[in-house]
Amino acid sequence: MTEPLVVLKDVNKHFGDLHVLRDINLTIGKGEVVVVIGPSGSGKSTLCRTINRLETFESGSITIDGNALPEEGKDLARLRADVGMVFQSFNLFAHKTILDNVTLGPVKVRKASKSAAEKRGMELLERVGVAQQANKFPAQLSGGQQQRVAIARSLAMEPKVMLFDEPTSALDPEMINEVLDVMVGLAREGMTMVVVTHEMGFARKAANRVVFMADGQIVEENEPEGFFTAPRSERAKDFLGKILTH
Amino acid sequence: MGDILSKYDILGAFGLTVYLAVFSAIGSLVLGTLVAVMRVSPVSVLRLLGTWYVNIFRNTPLTLLMVFSVLGMTYILGLNLDPSDIKGNATRWAIVMLSIYHAAFVCEALRSGVNTVPAGQAEAARAMGLTFGQSMRHVLLPQAFRGAIAPLGSTLIALVKNTTVAAVIGVAEAANLMAVIIENETGALAVFVIFAVGFVILTLPLGLLFTSMSRRLAVKR
Ligand SMILES: Nc1ncnc2c1ncn2[C@@H]1O[C@H](COP(=O)(O)OP(=O)(O)O)[C@@H](O)[C@H]1O
Ligand SMILES: [Mg+2]
Repeated sequence: MTEPLVVLKDVNKHFGDLHVLRDINLTIGKGEVVVVIGPSGSGKSTLCRTINRLETFESGSITIDGNALPEEGKDLARLRADVGMVFQSFNLFAHKTILDNVTLGPVKVRKASKSAAEKRGMELLERVGVAQQANKFPAQLSGGQQQRVAIARSLAMEPKVMLFDEPTSALDPEMINEVLDVMVGLAREGMTMVVVTHEMGFARKAANRVVFMADGQIVEENEPEGFFTAPRSERAKDFLGKILTH
Repeated sequence: MGDILSKYDILGAFGLTVYLAVFSAIGSLVLGTLVAVMRVSPVSVLRLLGTWYVNIFRNTPLTLLMVFSVLGMTYILGLNLDPSDIKGNATRWAIVMLSIYHAAFVCEALRSGVNTVPAGQAEAARAMGLTFGQSMRHVLLPQAFRGAIAPLGSTLIALVKNTTVAAVIGVAEAANLMAVIIENETGALAVFVIFAVGFVILTLPLGLLFTSMSRRLAVKR
């Protein structure tokens, strides 16, 4: 493995009585693409949200590029800027134009000049194929376009690692590939990525590793081909049986 | 009737009404926004303070606050806002009390506006490294204001009419003058109608303005 970038050690988290993350140990190397897969409710979203501290955790440690996650406050905000996040529901800022969505972070967090941020923003919109829409508002775009803007917005912060939480689950089928294509491109260029998805095509094409989660635990880890063709655990066999029969 | 119009400075009285309304509107918008930010902040002490503020001032009659300002604050505690002039002191206290009172309603209107913003946007803002203040300023509040224009409009219209309460501490706004005229002249009904129409002239355009703004500025989702 390359130099470790994101390291989770014995991470535990509860929601009340629910033990939602159990002794999670996971190391993600620079430039590595890890797909997280598992049944609904197994804690995949919580894992992503814990990595950039949208959720707190009770024990264990998480480091990003060697730095432990600070408590809430300015330091945490700075560290979060290094961790990009793309959500299932896009979450674009509805009152801002597409370009303003992409430049807000660089200007306010990275203190880039407005003109530099706009130049870079247009390049990124070009790259994800929505430059034509730069002056529109999110509600005027299709779901696939909105998600590509969300990816561009994240990229504009020049993050060290990007987290994707089911980025294509809310999309109509014909829009899934336009988003996955952008993600495959990112993976090829060496972006470090953690992707929660059930898109096996993406996992096979772009992932270095598949992590299978169930009931808050990492049950199995393997390279994609091995995981999909020869899962070792009963839970994974059972799960794959359910999603593959269609 | 023409007699009354020439004898009393009705326009001047409505001028003072507008003066009270404008400054109290600014005061209550600023203060109400502050309290709303406290109520949605991650700091529990601030949230509690904000909740107290709203519960106390929303549930205290404005007349009580007015009377308290002059009797309590000025006469007992000696807090005089304009030592050179009794009337000036009363006017300034009226603005303060109108602002404090209506800030509670502004806060609640804004909070309902914040609730129109999907929670995911606040998370996205946090996730990209914006601080709480930056997310409020650039993501939540602009949308909250636009989602709360209708209730904010109602609050400001109520404020214009509530300036009449300042009459109880002797501020010479419209209602105060109306009481004076009715006491001195015959034809109370006509006088009453003049003043009622005066208020309609102030509030009706305000209502129309806010209705059209709430339509034009609505955030498309
Ligand atoms: N904020 C929350 N409060 C309480 N329980 C939660 C919360 N978020 C998630 N959960 C619970 O934690 C478990 C894991 O959720 P999640 O991480 O969303 O799973 P996944 O993304 O794998 O479907 C689920 O049982 C879910 O109901
Ligand atoms: Mg999930």
